[in-house]
Amino acid sequence: MSGPSNYQPKSAFGKWMHERLPIMELVQGQALDFPTPKNLNYWWTFGGILAVMLVAQLVTGIVLAMHYTAHVDMAFDSVEHIMRDVNYGWLLRYLHSNGASMFFIAVYVHIFRGMYYGSYKAPREVLWMIGVLIYLVMMATAFMGYVLPWGQMSFWGAKVITNLFSAIPFVGESVTTWLWGGYSVDNPTLNRFFSLHYLLPFVLAGLVGLHIWALHVPGNNNPTGVNVRGSQDTVPFHPYYTMKDGFAIVVFMLLYSAFTFFGPNYLGDAINYLPANPLSTPSHIVPEWYYLPFYAILRAIPNKLIGVIAMFGSILILFALPWLDTSRVRSGTYRPIFKQIFWIFVVVCITLGFAGSGPPDNYFLSHEAAPPDEWHLTYKLVGQIAAVCYFAFFFPILPLLGLLESPKPLPPSISDDVLAKKKPLVPAE
Amino acid sequence: MSTAVHADVNRRDFLFIATGAVGAVGAALTAWPFISQMNPDASVLAMAAIEVDLAPIAEGQEITIKWRGNPVFIRHRTAKEIELAKSVKLEDLKDPTARSANVKDGDPATDENRVVGGKEGFLVMMGVCTHLGCIPIGNEGDYGVVEGNVKSGGWYCPCHGSQYDTAGRIRKGPAPENLFVPKYEYLSDTKIRIG
Repeated sequence: MSGPSNYQPKSAFGKWMHERLPIMELVQGQALDFPTPKNLNYWWTFGGILAVMLVAQLVTGIVLAMHYTAHVDMAFDSVEHIMRDVNYGWLLRYLHSNGASMFFIAVYVHIFRGMYYGSYKAPREVLWMIGVLIYLVMMATAFMGYVLPWGQMSFWGAKVITNLFSAIPFVGESVTTWLWGGYSVDNPTLNRFFSLHYLLPFVLAGLVGLHIWALHVPGNNNPTGVNVRGSQDTVPFHPYYTMKDGFAIVVFMLLYSAFTFFGPNYLGDAINYLPANPLSTPSHIVPEWYYLPFYAILRAIPNKLIGVIAMFGSILILFALPWLDTSRVRSGTYRPIFKQIFWIFVVVCITLGFAGSGPPDNYFLSHEAAPPDEWHLTYKLVGQIAAVCYFAFFFPILPLLGLLESPKPLPPSISDDVLAKKKPLVPAE
Repeated sequence: MSTAVHADVNRRDFLFIATGAVGAVGAALTAWPFISQMNPDASVLAMAAIEVDLAPIAEGQEITIKWRGNPVFIRHRTAKEIELAKSVKLEDLKDPTARSANVKDGDPATDENRVVGGKEGFLVMMGVCTHLGCIPIGNEGDYGVVEGNVKSGGWYCPCHGSQYDTAGRIRKGPAPENLFVPKYEYLSDTKIRIG
């Protein structure tokens, strides 16, 4: 792991330390001198943004835990106590709740970037799969965090999601009872969710370490998808990408601050400001925005078990992506048909998000209920069409496209591509 | 380890494997308390039974009580609701089994099997949708008794649109099973104990 560093300790202490723990060599080789393709665009800054968001969530979360009480009788009040009494409590809580949304915005951009530029292809399959695992752990962490304020949507979201496991044949009931620690979502459930919500971010940090390790073996992919051929193709990570990432992080913080200070509840559900009531289901249950596409897939299928399988399958299929895409060209830039299908896929995912947001039997994007037993463009029908498109992208479109599509010629090297795009300062006569 | 065949080495191999196996069993046994602690504890199990007086529930009225953290619907059904439930053919049901703790597993979902002691006026069942656990809304959906603008009986789950008939049987939507009838018995003509 010492990487491309020729670290030589300068001070006597540095030499003493180097012989015992060569950590400065690791930092210099992996974080400072690491050769990084010189053509990375701003879509590549989201990795750094995600690292910052993980730290932001850890820091705000740890201080919130100093004021929160994980008990069904006190959880809701303790969150209001944070909002009203604790010094800057409102700020810390809004940073944490909006931070979760920002984290997901960044991770979705990061995932779509990886898909467009073929970053999952050999030799980066394990890097990609660790990424999918990180995404799964993020979803679990965010879900358990949303339960903690013990509002109406916390409670009913928890009930619906944990009930997904009751679809497992034979052992489903026992599994849900075990998850709940009772016969319903109750105090034991809240307590264990708090414990796990505190644990999982540290698991995430460990997975992120593995993700970066797996990244630093082959090195970064880049917008051309062409391998690095030599030192003319790269620049040291510091200062070039510490600065580029740093700038992007500052811009991203503007967005984060805009939500935190000017629309702190815009992404949340107002009904979660009602305390949880196990005897009254809200008229319309929706998860947080970042789960909506998967919720739409769950609702698209009128069979419980198959719906649950489809929902989990829609995420797990990402693990197989490196093998489903048969094209040997990484970057979508050189794949004319893939490029268009990719953007259609993005639209399909966003459509799924909208389809998951409304009552299943209402007209799509309307408050009006459609008459039953007839064909109408309802939230459910839009979700069904989009769900079919979602899975069709992975199979059979991607495997076939790799065989049928003729890609455009690739540039001979990163450096050639960069120089070819460079505009002359004085137009040629 | 050496590939040479020798009596002492074989014996040592056996000891290695035996020790490792005992260690693995020990590790697995140690894991059990850490898994089992998440199951319902003694205080949760202690809240098992509850008594309910049915006398104040008028015909056509429904009450919801809380039992083991979940809502239980107790509905005093009208004659028309019972009649409608009885007129349904078993082959029209999505889930043809009674789903009642008071009859044998797999008994048919007749109206008689959904109540206890032939007291068909009172329908007692968990108010927990068998899809994902939401509370269905009473007197809603397409499977109740309709008289003019008034619906009575039948349940509609607001979460994903499952619909239950006047005996709490699933008729439409993603829920796989009929609303579950918990174990209960009549202590007197108008008093039941659930659990």
